[in-house]
Amino acid sequence: MNNQEIRDFLQNAIDENRVMLFMKGTPDEPRCGFSMRTSAALNAMGVQYAAMDILPDPRIREELSSLSGWPTIPQLFIDKKLVGGCDIVMEMYESGELAEALGVEQPEEEPQAPEAEAPQSAPLGLENRLS
Amino acid sequence: MPTAEELKTRIEGALPGASAAVEDLTGGGDHFRAEVISERFEGLSRIEQHQLVYEVFGDEVGGPIHALSIKTSTPGSTR
Repeated sequence: MNNQEIRDFLQNAIDENRVMLFMKGTPDEPRCGFSMRTSAALNAMGVQYAAMDILPDPRIREELSSLSGWPTIPQLFIDKKLVGGCDIVMEMYESGELAEALGVEQPEEEPQAPEAEAPQSAPLGLENRLS
Repeated sequence: MPTAEELKTRIEGALPGASAAVEDLTGGGDHFRAEVISERFEGLSRIEQHQLVYEVFGDEVGGPIHALSIKTSTPGSTR
């Protein structure tokens, strides 16, 4: 898979999944605290979302950042638009703007628990296409 | 290795009138938190505000600066 194909795959994932999270690791096994908090916030919202692990190949992150103009991981897209990374998502969670952007009710509980619930959606894999 | 003081100086230099408070979260010179107040943020979305701060450091974020946590506000806002 060349860089252009990776980029197309990423763009396609953003276009086809209303709530698309790019992270380190998976919602089940996050590999970074920032990714963990971001996916926990989405889990707390009870929405379906797609998640992609960017770690299997460094080119995934390079292409993602050049596509989005955002240097760090995680990156959350809603309706094909970059919403932000961990800081912005957590700020939006607390202010209720995240619920608004997702079109759901603000949950009662804070997403304190890093031991996030199992996600409702399977992670999106790119590994087997990277030969 | 960048220092918190250096990051503060660079942010304030790149965004005229901005005031930045930068903290080295681990003491290791690679995980930082920056709180930036600037009139330049007026009328911008949060993502655009953070992008302005990230732009100061370009490729260094994700490189030598492993993580840069940002909180932005405008002088007029209460937050």
